Amino acid sequence: MTATDARPARAPEAPPGPPGDATPEAILVRGVSLTYGGETPVHALADVDLTVQQGQFASLVGPSGCGKSTLLRVLAGLAPPEAGPGVEVRVDGQDARERPGLAAFKPQRDLLLPWRRTLGNAALGAELSGIPRAQAREQARTLLGRFGLEGFERAWPAQLSGGMRQRLALLRTFLAPRRVLLLDEPFGALDALTRRDMQEWLQEVWTEDQRTALLVTHDVEEALMLSDVVFVMSHRPGRILARIEVDLPRPRGLETTASAEFGALKAEVLRTLAAGRSPGSTQP
Amino acid sequence: MRRWTWRYAPAGVFLLGVVALWQAAVEVFDIQPYLLPGPGRVWTAFLEVRGVLPGHIRTTMTEAVLGLAWACVAGAMTAALLAGFAPLRRAVYPLLVISQNIPMIVMAPLIVVWFGFGIMPKVLVVALIGFFPIVVSTTDGLLRAEGDLVELARSYGAGRLQVLRTILIPSAVPAFFAGLQISATYAVLGAVIAEWVGASSGLGLFITRSQTAFRADRVFVAVVVIAAVSILLFAMVHLAARLAMPWQYAQHTQAGALTETPTRSNASSRKDVR
Repeated sequence: MTATDARPARAPEAPPGPPGDATPEAILVRGVSLTYGGETPVHALADVDLTVQQGQFASLVGPSGCGKSTLLRVLAGLAPPEAGPGVEVRVDGQDARERPGLAAFKPQRDLLLPWRRTLGNAALGAELSGIPRAQAREQARTLLGRFGLEGFERAWPAQLSGGMRQRLALLRTFLAPRRVLLLDEPFGALDALTRRDMQEWLQEVWTEDQRTALLVTHDVEEALMLSDVVFVMSHRPGRILARIEVDLPRPRGLETTASAEFGALKAEVLRTLAAGRSPGSTQP
Repeated sequence: MRRWTWRYAPAGVFLLGVVALWQAAVEVFDIQPYLLPGPGRVWTAFLEVRGVLPGHIRTTMTEAVLGLAWACVAGAMTAALLAGFAPLRRAVYPLLVISQNIPMIVMAPLIVVWFGFGIMPKVLVVALIGFFPIVVSTTDGLLRAEGDLVELARSYGAGRLQVLRTILIPSAVPAFFAGLQISATYAVLGAVIAEWVGASSGLGLFITRSQTAFRADRVFVAVVVIAAVSILLFAMVHLAARLAMPWQYAQHTQAGALTETPTRSNASSRKDVR
């Protein structure tokens, strides 16, 4: 089941947005290391290699504090990796090092602007990308239903529930005219039931959208439910321990999670995670 | 309505008690009216001068509002500069704090000497008084804008100006109004002080005239009017804050009543299990 040459079942289609000088890799990371300075330097990433093909849904799984979010911030152009020969960070074919704005980034917190209503928040990413305000809001309006926010156009973020806030933050991310989505634990703060609903919903929305996505999570089931490929990361400093392909049929639902293949994949991810924790492979 | 009554009834009763005690004291101890007039006498004085009061009120209010407006413009712009350039902030901020220890009552005559007896020096005094709380509060608000929000905007490729417009300025609006409310409470006082020095109209002039005529009752009228006008100005600022920050006053009870809307109801594909 794993490490086969089988490509994901879905054929990568032309993603929305202007046709740039598209390479097959939507996300390309080579030899990325990063140490946070300060009084006690934190070695967050160690020589990370990772590629995600155009149109794939990829997940990054690892223990808390392993540098998953840091890697996403590197890809978002917000954290510069250490320089070195052969170091590459490419998003949609372009060098993303210290160049924000190439991917649509959804940080862990929903980060809705308290002074903007639902529509204004949804349109923020599109607006900052240069789409005229009215047009951005019109796009947002057409997608409100799809994101379960119908009837809440004029609500302030403080008036929305936790799940709605996360969906709104995702809508903001999806509305940014980018071909790569970077999603950092979008459902981390939600209760288990809401979380499960949201995963199935995200799967549907993404299937219609066909954009490349890289999801950070520490929930193995979530990663397997949603992804074409799962990258398992070690404890800090984060390295990629394994690349596991998930070619389970879509749409995946409760039945999928009960299947034997799913169980085997889950066991493999967990085994890899455990191996990454064993003495010798981590620092204290 | 009932809740309002209950909220303000104690203060009203207390105030009435104080006024009654004041009247009683003046009568029992037979205090001379030029020293301390009783409330009854103050009321009579009010009826005497009510014809000339509106003109004075208009003058003072104009000075206060114009001064506050200038304080807002200058304060907000200075705050943006101070927040944007750290070296400037380090150079200017201590001086700003020290300048607050210069008593306006000393500065007012000088300002009148420099700028004449028109409305301009009064507006300037009010603006100088109002400037400081607005600068301090707004600078603080700009600097405290949430780093994560700034980073989010940057992740969409926003430049410095876009970050300022979409994140920093809206974040600082509550702090700006907090400063403005403090400034507003001092604005009328500032105008009155400036009018003492020399004016042809205004509540400050009215007080000076009443004092030189030993009309303590009229001074008391002015005191009450100044208090009322200050409250009015404060209420205006409060209203402006409400209009500028509707999200701060939105009903938050709705979130509790909200249940998760079933997203699947508008999902295209059918749910298989459950």
